[in-house]
Amino acid sequence: MISIMNTFGVWLAAFFTLCIFSFLYQDNPFYKFAEQVFVGLSAAYWLVYIIYSIMVPNLFAKLAADFSGNIILLIPAALGLMMLMRIHPKTQWISRYPIAIMVGTTAGISMLRYMKSDILQQLTATMINPFAADTTPEVIGNLLMIIGTICGVYFFYFSKKQEGVSKAVSKVGIWFLMVSFGATFGYTVMARISLLIGRLDFLLGDWLHLIK
Amino acid sequence: MKISVLAERRIIYLVLLIAVALPLLFPIGWKTEVSGYTQMAYDLIENTPENKVVIISFDYDPSTMTELQPMGEAMIEHAFKRDQKIIATALWPMGVQMAEQAFEKVLRDYPDKKRGLDYVNLGYKVGGMVTIQAMGRDLKEVYPNDTRNTPYDQIPLLANTRRLKDVAWVSSLSSGVPGLKEWMMVARDSYNVPVTGGCTAVSAPGFFPYVNEQRQLTGLLGGLKAASEYESLIGRLGSATTKMDAQSVAHLLILVFIALGNIKVFVAKKKKTTKTKAFIIKRRKSND
Amino acid sequence: MKSSAPLIFAFIVGIIVLLSEFIPHSPFNEIVSTLEGWFMIISGFAILLGQISLIRMNTHKIVHKLDNWQYHLAGLISFGLMLALGLLWGMQETPGILGDATGIQAWLGQKPFDYLFENAYLPLSATLFSLLAFFIASAAYRAFIIRGLESNLLMITAIIVIIGRTSIGTMLTGWLPESLHFWHFPNLADFIMEFPNTAAQRAILISAGLGIVGSSLRIILGIERSYLGGDK
Repeated sequence: MISIMNTFGVWLAAFFTLCIFSFLYQDNPFYKFAEQVFVGLSAAYWLVYIIYSIMVPNLFAKLAADFSGNIILLIPAALGLMMLMRIHPKTQWISRYPIAIMVGTTAGISMLRYMKSDILQQLTATMINPFAADTTPEVIGNLLMIIGTICGVYFFYFSKKQEGVSKAVSKVGIWFLMVSFGATFGYTVMARISLLIGRLDFLLGDWLHLIK
Repeated sequence: MKISVLAERRIIYLVLLIAVALPLLFPIGWKTEVSGYTQMAYDLIENTPENKVVIISFDYDPSTMTELQPMGEAMIEHAFKRDQKIIATALWPMGVQMAEQAFEKVLRDYPDKKRGLDYVNLGYKVGGMVTIQAMGRDLKEVYPNDTRNTPYDQIPLLANTRRLKDVAWVSSLSSGVPGLKEWMMVARDSYNVPVTGGCTAVSAPGFFPYVNEQRQLTGLLGGLKAASEYESLIGRLGSATTKMDAQSVAHLLILVFIALGNIKVFVAKKKKTTKTKAFIIKRRKSND
Repeated sequence: MKSSAPLIFAFIVGIIVLLSEFIPHSPFNEIVSTLEGWFMIISGFAILLGQISLIRMNTHKIVHKLDNWQYHLAGLISFGLMLALGLLWGMQETPGILGDATGIQAWLGQKPFDYLFENAYLPLSATLFSLLAFFIASAAYRAFIIRGLESNLLMITAIIVIIGRTSIGTMLTGWLPESLHFWHFPNLADFIMEFPNTAAQRAILISAGLGIVGSSLRIILGIERSYLGGDK
């Protein structure tokens, strides 16, 4: 029975795969059906995991095991319920409190983490002796990195109109950004093709058994 | 003969489909070179002593599994080879299933590895960066139990692992936010735990600045190619390696498309210039 | 009061989190640790809110028989089915309300939730994103046109990376002597990623980082309040 159900599962997966691929010809009922099924399944998946991975172990189980010891957990539970008040326009204002706590926490943590990882650490990584490298390409690369970073940051400085020398610096920044966008395009091609390979591998291998 | 835009597009789709399918059906066996970034990630795991506890976080969903699942499997296998103890976590709910699938596949070659002793799946937690920060203070508070509902204290592998600082390295396989960046920001930059990982090729260029002298990231696997490189380093003929032929052929085809597109524009421009010139000459003649 | 009290909450919470970084002692440590625990639970409810909103929207479309209501009905049914299967018998190693569905597993090979995940959700999700491969191929043909210096830079880099990141690059220039090793396609691609790309991405990171720090400060100080929504 298991093998029949396995085969049925593979055919179901192939059906949904082809439903989505049919969009490449034109929009059609099969695609629309598959798209909505995806939305439904996805939402339910999240919900089941939220219940079994967060609500139960981090809230309900703790309260059930030791209510008085974990009584403080009633506060986030209440805040969570207040969040749900957002559904109704009349009670929407209540949800502002939990949102404020979440946004405040995120803002505090983000400020610290981004300051350290994306500003200070990145500046430190740029402040290198370019001539300390072993090979000529590395020395050139280091110089390019320092110049590119400074010019790139300058390009994003929008508070002052960029004219004359500053415009030239900005222009160099754009060149570096273009090189980076080109590289990103190359990598994007790689990523997108990989996803297609995955699906064709399934259709030709698991479904049609054409790949050994 | 003039082809409509729609027909042109459909031809492109069909050619691409064939170009990807053929190497899958008839593998070529082209070789790839290992990049320094992949080597760095490999060295981190290779040089970590045995019995150390490590975290592999599955922060992706099936949409990017072709790229990231081979990395997950290869890293699990490498850690098992080195007798390291794996904690699997997920910042994306679908990551839990991805982790289970990866373990299931690798365990076929490592039947002696036992859940709870050699590896454990702690499951999904919402909250991204904030949750990782909480893990830095107390892992048990975030994960009171594993996916089997076994309480944290009863999992032998976790006996001496109370917080993030107690793990030897963290690897995040990430297809977006939250993922590798959040792990790097908190685990590495706040708690000084070495962080490595893999990401989809799309996001790889944005992660390169973190592989620096500060070692914010210790190596990086970017996309399917890096996954195949990692497989070759650990001597595994995995799914990434077998798919690299199709990847290479498709890349070549994209280059052909770029060239054809430019030729088409160039020819159209030339035609337009010739027409304009002919029109000007005609007008001048009629004026004369 | 309705709008100013939440701002005070955000201010207090934000300041405590900031202080805890510089004063890593009691009581800040404990407070922030508690806040982080709360954050996770409230986030769970926030996701729940999203699901409720989705159900409401779909139900509205079905009840009022708006355009394509049949498809939304299919979406709602699949939602209900997946939810019921997950809640009743759990997923993977996690038991559900009715346990582990041992009987069904013997028949199906796995839990019903996992069966649906593997055979419906997984192919749908993976295929939806794989469509992008076709669109990028089409874009490469239609939009990747040489126009000026900047587009040339973009094009040349893209071509080097596209070739260098595959086996073709290895084959094309693998024969080059050691002295010309730098011009080997994979090495060129690595050079681009390591230096000019890193420079540009670093510039983006630093600039965006400054923006995030600035907007976080604006939120904590109550200057930025759009997250609260409009007064109704």
